[in-house]
Amino acid sequence: MGKTDIGPPDFRNFLPPIIKKNYGKWKYHRILEPGVLVHVSETGKEVYTVRMGSGRLVTVDFIREVCDLADKYSDGYLRFTSRHNVEFLLTDKKKIAPLKKELAAKGWPIGGTGHSVTSIVHTQGWVHCHTPATDASGVVKSVMDELFEYFGSHKLPAQVRIALACCLNMCGAVHCSDIAILGVHTKLPKVDHETLRNVCEIPTTIAACPTGAIRPHPDKEKKSVIVNPERCMYCGNCYTMCPAMPLADGEGDGISIWVGGKVSNARHTPMFSRLAIPYLPNNPPRWPEVTSAIKNIVEVYAKHANKYERIGEWIERVGWERFFKLTGIEFTPLHIDDYKLSTTTFRNTTQFKWG
Amino acid sequence: MRMAKSETPLLDELEKGPWPSFVKDIKRVAERKPMAKDLLRQLELSYKDKIGHWKHGGIVGVTGYGGGVIGRYSDRPDLFPNVAHFHTMRINHPSGWFYTTKALRTICDIWDRHGSGLTNMHGSTGDIILLGTFTEHLQPCFDELSEAGFDLGGSGSALRTPSACVGPARCEWACYDTLDACNDVTHEFQDYLHRPMWPYKFKIKFSGCPNDCVAAIARSDLAVIGTWRDKIRVDQAAVQAYVAGEISPAAGGGGKKAKFDIQKDVIELCPTRCMEWNGKKLTIYNDDCTRCMHCINVMPEALRPGKDTGVTILVGGKAPILEGALMSWVLIPFMKFESPYQEFKDLAEKIWEWWDENGKMRERLGEVIERMSMRKFLDAMGLPAVPQMVKTPRYNPYIFF
Repeated sequence: MGKTDIGPPDFRNFLPPIIKKNYGKWKYHRILEPGVLVHVSETGKEVYTVRMGSGRLVTVDFIREVCDLADKYSDGYLRFTSRHNVEFLLTDKKKIAPLKKELAAKGWPIGGTGHSVTSIVHTQGWVHCHTPATDASGVVKSVMDELFEYFGSHKLPAQVRIALACCLNMCGAVHCSDIAILGVHTKLPKVDHETLRNVCEIPTTIAACPTGAIRPHPDKEKKSVIVNPERCMYCGNCYTMCPAMPLADGEGDGISIWVGGKVSNARHTPMFSRLAIPYLPNNPPRWPEVTSAIKNIVEVYAKHANKYERIGEWIERVGWERFFKLTGIEFTPLHIDDYKLSTTTFRNTTQFKWG
Repeated sequence: MRMAKSETPLLDELEKGPWPSFVKDIKRVAERKPMAKDLLRQLELSYKDKIGHWKHGGIVGVTGYGGGVIGRYSDRPDLFPNVAHFHTMRINHPSGWFYTTKALRTICDIWDRHGSGLTNMHGSTGDIILLGTFTEHLQPCFDELSEAGFDLGGSGSALRTPSACVGPARCEWACYDTLDACNDVTHEFQDYLHRPMWPYKFKIKFSGCPNDCVAAIARSDLAVIGTWRDKIRVDQAAVQAYVAGEISPAAGGGGKKAKFDIQKDVIELCPTRCMEWNGKKLTIYNDDCTRCMHCINVMPEALRPGKDTGVTILVGGKAPILEGALMSWVLIPFMKFESPYQEFKDLAEKIWEWWDENGKMRERLGEVIERMSMRKFLDAMGLPAVPQMVKTPRYNPYIFF
């Protein structure tokens, strides 16, 4: 039996010598071109980073291929970024061009630096999750195909961080992204009364609902629960607690789009993403409604925002009423919050634009 | 000869386009691995039905651990017997996601022997995710991983694998050693990571500066974000070089042709307007600076964080489930942060004790504080109330004197 609790391997054993020697001594960096950075140390040493875009769902064959390149170009070292990109750390500037050539031959894109759209952080979707309202990898691939030109360039006003979560559990915590793609269920849980009495605790199931929509079944003999359709907002928490309440639905499930969030403290404080589009249908394999909606938002933003303005900062400056006008996105009653603290989102002023 | 008809016509569409295709990648593994092949066939069915085909949960694991493995079973094992089980193993990543190719190849070999060959590099929390294996392979797979120096990550109502930005390894803005802190803290709290015993999950993230590249403020119950309390370091000659157009602004991230206008791009975008440029000299009124990083981001060769560095500790961040999304808020405006991080570890233990005592099932730290009040939480932590904790004082007059 393997030893337990040995913890993660010490990162120091995985640092390239150039990094070890200049650890904590970096002075500044430059982006030489999209996807290629140089970091300069107090010692005068330089390390070159070539950043390559990657899906997060990858196979051992892919990893081995990446390793082959790292053996050849970066002395057997590499790292991944917090957004699934792969980074080769080079000490020899002359190796950048041949590495780029090999990456291009494999169809692996270089970019994700500066004012770009970098790789999308996402969840499992239909590939592995048990509560998804949409797929993850397929939607992400389709969106990145559509926005491909923005990955390997610096032509946006600022960086655009896109994230996808396939249900409200939000394993990808997409709630503070420039653009968030969020899977939503829109149909009530289908209570399987026969199974529920055997596999679920009724008080726990009732307590699981954040809006108090679940009640004991009026027929006590049934030892089950019922759902009040007026109060259910399809969060799926009851299903997480009780497998007899599935709410996935081939027709009802779809995608909502949220915009304007950020986590960085630069300029504006961190912001939550806000609802832009409440529902778009799941339309595999290419989700055309989703990809075109996102492309539209990115392009309208690129056209109207000032330099260094993230999407949320741009919207805050021009106002949400203008955001809806410029993007042509319909404002609906669903955009008006009706959960906790909803009144904090209402307009307490006569100051607004006509669109 | 006629080509055999594809079993995955919908997924095949995702082989097209310029972005790397996960379908193409999985297909080549599917040539030698029936598990990868059935995964694609089941995914194809999902694309047709617009619904997932995994059953709810399933409790599986390895000896000595309460988590780290996510049980997964197909709801159509009749059609896809090779993914009847498709359990996931979460593996602790090294801080900053640095690897040698030797270590990565070792993981690949183990996963080739015991699993589907599919992975996530990396999962949302930061772990290496080994995606899909049968129950009987879990223990032998873990044994080999452990032999190779890797351990399981967290799952369930436990401490989740902490993660850190690249930090001092390759960033000039790191205000503390995020990698060492993350590694140290993860080793210290192995028991909480591997044996779920709390009301719900708990996440810790380490960002080296207010740019917050690991999204600590949004995605962790306990966020550790680097900052400083003295002055921004200024190289006036370099400022002039930026103004003269000799250095690209934003390290060149705004495009080759990006022009630089110090008044417009820096002074006027400073959220506190704490800077002045008189044509020769940049003056920063540091007392008014809130250390947002914008000026430093735009002029990295001229401006640097101060030297009296440390961290701001924030608590309560989380995704929506259960009561709605929260961003973490300031608990300790400044703490020196050096090995062995004892003050931080004591604080974490204190937080967990309070949360464990007061939290209901599936209630995250932020939600318990919201329900019980920040004041009670501060009392329990023995921390003073300071104005840095709030955007504004209360406006409702119902005060518990």
